Amino acid sequence: MEYFFQLFFAGLTKGSIYALIALGYTMVYGIIQLINFAHGEIYMIGAFTALIVAGVLSVFNLPVAAIFVIVTLVAILYSSAYGYTIEKIAYKPLRNAPRLSALISAIGMSIFLQNYVLLAQTSDFLPFPSLIKEFEFLRPYNHILSSSGLVIIVSTFIAMVLLSLYIKFTRMGKAMRATAQDKKMALLLGINVDRVISTTFVVGSALAALGGVLIANHIGQINFFIGFIAGIKAFTAAVLGGIGSIPGAVLGALILGWTESFSTGYISSDYQDVFAFILLVVILIFKPSGILGKKTDQKV
Amino acid sequence: MFSEIKKSLLVSVWFMFLTFPIMVVKVNTIENTIIWRWENLVLVGFGSFFLSFLWRFMHNKKATKRRQDYKDALSKIFYDNLIENKKVFVPIIIALIIFILLFPKLFSTYQVTIMTTALIYIVLGLGLNVVVGFAGLLDLGYVAFYAVGAYTYALLNFNYDISFWVALPLAGALGALAGILLGFPVLRLRGDYLAIVTLGFGEIIRLVLENWGEVTHGPSGIAGIERPNFGFDLSIVGSINAIYYFVFLFVLVTIFFTNRLQNSRIGRAWVALREDEIACQAMGVDKTKTKLSAFAFGATWAGFMGAVFAAKTTFINPASFTFLESAIILSIVVLGGMGSIPGVILGALILILLPEYLRAFSEYRMLIFGGAMVLMMVFRPQGLIKSKRRRYNFESMSKKQLKERQNAASS
Amino acid sequence: MRSFITILAVPVVFAALSISVFAADTIKLGVAGAHSGDLASYGIPTLRATRFVVDEYNKNGGIDGKKIELLAEDDECKPEKAVNAATKLMSQNVDAVIGHICSGATKAALSIYLSQMIPIISPSATNPDLTQSGDYPIFFRTIAPDDAQARLEVDFAVNELGLKNIAVIHDKGDYGKGLAEYARDFLEEIDSVNVVLFEGVTPGALDYSAIVQKIKNSNADGVIFGGYHPEASKIVSQMRKKKMDIPFISDDGVKDDTFIKVAGKYAEGVYATGPKDVSSNPMAKEAERKHMEKYGEQSGAFYLNGYAAAQAILKAIDNADSTDPEKIMEALRTNYVETTLGKIKFDEKGDAIGVGFSVYQVQNGEYVELDY
Repeated sequence: MEYFFQLFFAGLTKGSIYALIALGYTMVYGIIQLINFAHGEIYMIGAFTALIVAGVLSVFNLPVAAIFVIVTLVAILYSSAYGYTIEKIAYKPLRNAPRLSALISAIGMSIFLQNYVLLAQTSDFLPFPSLIKEFEFLRPYNHILSSSGLVIIVSTFIAMVLLSLYIKFTRMGKAMRATAQDKKMALLLGINVDRVISTTFVVGSALAALGGVLIANHIGQINFFIGFIAGIKAFTAAVLGGIGSIPGAVLGALILGWTESFSTGYISSDYQDVFAFILLVVILIFKPSGILGKKTDQKV
Repeated sequence: MFSEIKKSLLVSVWFMFLTFPIMVVKVNTIENTIIWRWENLVLVGFGSFFLSFLWRFMHNKKATKRRQDYKDALSKIFYDNLIENKKVFVPIIIALIIFILLFPKLFSTYQVTIMTTALIYIVLGLGLNVVVGFAGLLDLGYVAFYAVGAYTYALLNFNYDISFWVALPLAGALGALAGILLGFPVLRLRGDYLAIVTLGFGEIIRLVLENWGEVTHGPSGIAGIERPNFGFDLSIVGSINAIYYFVFLFVLVTIFFTNRLQNSRIGRAWVALREDEIACQAMGVDKTKTKLSAFAFGATWAGFMGAVFAAKTTFINPASFTFLESAIILSIVVLGGMGSIPGVILGALILILLPEYLRAFSEYRMLIFGGAMVLMMVFRPQGLIKSKRRRYNFESMSKKQLKERQNAASS
Repeated sequence: MRSFITILAVPVVFAALSISVFAADTIKLGVAGAHSGDLASYGIPTLRATRFVVDEYNKNGGIDGKKIELLAEDDECKPEKAVNAATKLMSQNVDAVIGHICSGATKAALSIYLSQMIPIISPSATNPDLTQSGDYPIFFRTIAPDDAQARLEVDFAVNELGLKNIAVIHDKGDYGKGLAEYARDFLEEIDSVNVVLFEGVTPGALDYSAIVQKIKNSNADGVIFGGYHPEASKIVSQMRKKKMDIPFISDDGVKDDTFIKVAGKYAEGVYATGPKDVSSNPMAKEAERKHMEKYGEQSGAFYLNGYAAAQAILKAIDNADSTDPEKIMEALRTNYVETTLGKIKFDEKGDAIGVGFSVYQVQNGEYVELDY
């Protein structure tokens, strides 16, 4: 039974990170129907910025907790700025173009950003300083859940709640939902669609940056390529849950995390990703628009 | 003018802020050193200041051009002056064919090998063009069929010494079969759901190749695959040239087939399906058959090319069949112009030869490549050469018919 | 880096110019490997080493009055690019090749060299099939094959550490999985030892806690890992964080100082096999000194192997008094050569005699060679 819980929490930790990244995919998709392939790179840039800031701050003798907070905030700031800029450069000019053009632009952006970090920084793995102290109260349960794992799960949960409240109750949140439903109508009603789209990118990027900082702290090393695999997995999670749906993205991410950890634990890690993708195909066969995706009847 | 400078200054400040941590600070957490590279900040500042002028200039040009005439100038020149004007078209094609035939004589073996690679990608691009361009099914796992073809020949040759010529049709057939296998479960899926499932399918194939070591030899791959036997003894250079000519022939065959299919009954069904699925069904087009045939037809070419690839490199391993490969092939199609055969050819030549000739930039080449992809899409979202919709000209048709009728009447 | 490009470009340009002028009067030595891309750090040291050796020869008048010309080709460790590189070298009529770096790329390129009987000597391709299959009589290497390394790991784990239940983990890569499979096969031959787990992890995954739990659950008393240091350091860190102190034995891909620096305190006590320590060899010292002098930094992976490869092949050409491939290969097999790796010659299959592995352990933040 203990083994089960160990795998359960391993999956939950992984799923939480997927969820933070998947939200960015799903929000952007919901509004402009674009698979933002560069989103994984935003997450990587978040982690790198955090590493750089932590490195600079280590000169001043600050308490670890303070460093952690500053690092997270700066990473979020920069990732959001990158998200905003990428939208303006690579996607906005393509808003009325065929959808696939924007997709290729996104793939190009992803290749560009990877190599940008590779050249400006390094191709090696860099150790990420451990910023979260071991919690005393967790010590007896350490073999089941580590402190950094707990921080990931709790932060993700809080971020999720805040995001739902934001979307549900603020003016901008309402504007987002309206734009997602019908962009033209939203425009007619006086919603500044450009601003809504920019805000979506900023919010999505901020969540990805949070994910980047947390995971870098959890596994303790990063390089320029970490965004690629995480991005694909998170995208899978978003589709699994029903792309465009926020609770769907979270659900999809958790299911994906658990599938991976249980299939590793009880079957074999060789085929962990195969199981994840087979699950995706099976779910989509029975629910073609994902678990919580809205079934849209095509208009004739 | 002043406002322009102000705009550019703002852009420049923004980019200096944006690139500050990554470009300026280099933290080495291993050695615990921090390097400050302020010169990069200046570089970014000046660079973005001037580039922002260029960016706006290009955008304005694009916007005014669009207002002036709706027809796309490049494509128009291309079609009107090249393809449809027989006086220009025929000599150009003849010159091109002579150049391609003489290529191995004119350039080194190295040039021939990279040109062969580009030709392989032309066929792959044309194959994917059927699925994405004609039928509008976004396939992000096309490389899976390529892998199926490559492993078909490699394994048959390795285990049973089967020759390339026997394995080639088998590779194509297995590619088609894999296409149908993928097609069945995804028939109901639309748009981006389809995209992720095909991506997953591509990954599953690669992971199976990687993990099923007993059959596929796992990540260490299969070595010593035979080059095709062209019926007479060839030196290695001769054999490389022979493969080049063979692939060139294949390109011609593919162009012929896809071109003919485009205007066939099934080709029009694909286009109709892409435009409106429901209307298409209402007109009595069998959706299942049409979609599956698109998948199968596209996959066949990938299967063929997989076998050629295995024979050309004589060694394959799963690392050659990653998602990035699918993304490159898709980029060829979209960048060239979806649904446009000359566009795809141009796209393949650019995307495959560009990185080879960018070798002079060594480590900067992938950065330039990624940036070029974004820029090309931003300034030419329709692709380099737009596909031409078939138009029916009633006037001329009726004239022709009139003549025919007259002839019929007089005789 | 930019200065490096210039350094690289100048001899290439000169080489290109000299081809037309002295075509018949030079000995052409190709160097192929990853000189760009993410694995460049494995290929560049060999290129530099070869350049030092060639410069040395040319300064002393070349071989039998013929200057040596160096032709560098990049393959990024990708099989298809390796074929391109090999084709290019072949069309430039090289007399011998140093490379390639990665086993996969080497395998792909070999058929090209085989067709022209061009002798090739690799500093780093460790796949056992390259020599043991007997398919490639032209292939030599200055590094011991993977199975020798796996044998050493297994013997050390069983005889020295007395392990009974061993988990074998790999990174699904060409190198890591191949090594792990040899280790598993050797372990299965020993009756008293069980392989309790044999599994691959996905490189670059977010988190390895599930596989770490599985190792724990399998009650293994030791782990043999095949792969490179990024995955190894993640797995070791997570094991140690979960209070699993069982021995962790790995390979040459982990015997890298970066591993210690990245894994930090968790690296303590980890075992890794690696080429025998030759730092006391005067030639190796000299080679290191040259590198330090020219590039201002320590040399990188396979530098000394590359140096030895260049020394061996040029000496063989010298001994053979000819660039006839048969004679060069004969010379490689018969005469012992003083190299940075010690006195070596090659056996019938192409493996170097006198090159082997030792076991190292991380002690107080550095690798220490053990007497085993």
